[in-house]
Amino acid sequence: MTTAAPTTTSTAAMIALDDEIDTTEGPAARRRRRRAEQLDTRKINWWATALIAVCSLTVLIPLYLAVVVSLKTPDDLASGTGFELPTTWDWANFGEAWERTNFPQAIANTAFITVGAVVLTLLSNSVVSYAIARNIHRPFFKGVFFYLLAALFIPFPIIMLPLVKQTSLLGLDNQTGLIILYTVFGLSLNVFIYTAYIRSIPIELEEAARVDGASTWRVFWSVIFPLLAPMNATVGILTCVWAWNDFILPLVVLSDPAARTLPLAQYIFQGQFNTDYTVAFASYLMAMAPLLLIYVFAQRWVISGVMRGSIK
Amino acid sequence: MATTTLPDVAGRASRKGVDDGAGKRRSALGRALPAYYWMVVPAIVLFAFFHTLPVLVGVFFSFTNYAGYGAWDFIGISNYVNLFQDDRALRAYGFSFGFAIAATILTNVIALLIALGLNAKIVARNTFRGVYFVPYVLAILVVGYVFQFFFSNSLPKLLPSIPVLADNILSNPDWAWVAIVVLAVWQAAAFSIIIYLAGLQTIPAELYEAASLDGAGALQQFSRITFPLISAFFTINMVLSLKGFLQVFDHVVALTNGGPGTATESITLLIYRGGFQGGEFAYQTANAVIFVIVITVVSLLQFRVLQRREADF
Repeated sequence: MTTAAPTTTSTAAMIALDDEIDTTEGPAARRRRRRAEQLDTRKINWWATALIAVCSLTVLIPLYLAVVVSLKTPDDLASGTGFELPTTWDWANFGEAWERTNFPQAIANTAFITVGAVVLTLLSNSVVSYAIARNIHRPFFKGVFFYLLAALFIPFPIIMLPLVKQTSLLGLDNQTGLIILYTVFGLSLNVFIYTAYIRSIPIELEEAARVDGASTWRVFWSVIFPLLAPMNATVGILTCVWAWNDFILPLVVLSDPAARTLPLAQYIFQGQFNTDYTVAFASYLMAMAPLLLIYVFAQRWVISGVMRGSIK
Repeated sequence: MATTTLPDVAGRASRKGVDDGAGKRRSALGRALPAYYWMVVPAIVLFAFFHTLPVLVGVFFSFTNYAGYGAWDFIGISNYVNLFQDDRALRAYGFSFGFAIAATILTNVIALLIALGLNAKIVARNTFRGVYFVPYVLAILVVGYVFQFFFSNSLPKLLPSIPVLADNILSNPDWAWVAIVVLAVWQAAAFSIIIYLAGLQTIPAELYEAASLDGAGALQQFSRITFPLISAFFTINMVLSLKGFLQVFDHVVALTNGGPGTATESITLLIYRGGFQGGEFAYQTANAVIFVIVITVVSLLQFRVLQRREADF
């Protein structure tokens, strides 16, 4: 902490000094955060606060609408704009949506695909990135890197039609197929995110292990992979949100109705719901709830993970 | 390919290791090389198989009359010729571009403004930042259905005096695209805000202190300090947004399903419908090939223009 002080302003140095005397304070992270807040000597900007608060309503209003509509009776809904609070709270909508969309099956499929894709992506894409990052001076690895990067610019529609033929020929028109596709398609972006980080890890760390006779694989799993934790979080979050919410890939790849994912189930039952908005909204809420709940509890962590990915 | 080059490279490395003492480190790396190839090659083979092969197959079939089933023949470039005379395809390009340009500009302007607000000293900053990021974790299709109800059932009752909104904007061929833009901006702004916020936090506060001592107002500070310093984030955000919005699919399916008529049919939706349901496999792959070229050209142009502007500062 004292080494960082000279590079910052004199106020920072003073606060750092203060902090050091006050050793009974909480964990270092909290202290640092508090110091950053103290450092911000600006006055509270009430205009910005008001504007940000009002604009944040645009985010919350659709969610509010989803909640109140899902709790109404059809008659209740027909008599108003949808925004009024329900006169009677009709929880039965959720039960009906649960049955009609076969919710347990859909969420099990989505969870299986998402967890599978995240685990496989973290285990495989990090290995590929490691090999590329450590050999970027070799033409083969450099070529692979730019090949994957170029693929980022290929839009999905060109792949879509032939891919469906391919997956159904191979018997991969199911959940397993989707896990493989998310893992493989994610490679482009993830290698980009991982390699920049791996190259910042000093090679001396590995050499110590190599001198002790560890193989390259061993070096990766026991030295490098644990150090990748922040990037694993970033890649994991991006992959999780993508796989959970994706609509077009399950739509074109999956052939068995029993394999359908949550977004796909909403799409398929949309026709039946047409006039039954209250049940439909209960179903939408149930589809959105799992990720939303995870997000509410891991919010700070999710946002910092995404930010880290964007600065690379 | 990898297997034939491997022994040679490893052999050379170990010979060098014997020659000079400093090559010890190098020989260790040389022995490690096969493992590095084993780490990359299987993944690249899979990537080529699931990503590049479909592209090549698509290009191949775009010169045929394959319907998606049955026999096919080579028909040269007539798919491409027909595409340029196909009103439906041209309309899809018109819609996708109009939508993508409007959504890109709005998303970036709004996201930048909100990021600036969140970067100012405000009350409960972390809470608000958390709220603005919520749309990112929601499925576009599912949120889209909520918006669909809002546009078709709530808005006409809430604002009966505004002509376009009074009778369901989604069934209005001239204005339905606006509703799709609203959903797209609502959802995409979340991610852009976080990217801009990351950019804003890289700017040292001292710069603003110095500027305000020199008497620069808020607007001047933005145009002379903030914007130039985050212009790399601006460029990448603009390019990624436009590329993403040009491929719009979920939004359209949820709100209008391409309607009324084909007024809001995007290119991706057209390729999906024609390719899977209309027996136009070859024809729509030709469409997709053109789409790839269009997107690549647009992205590169955008990069050049925006980066030149970056250099001007």
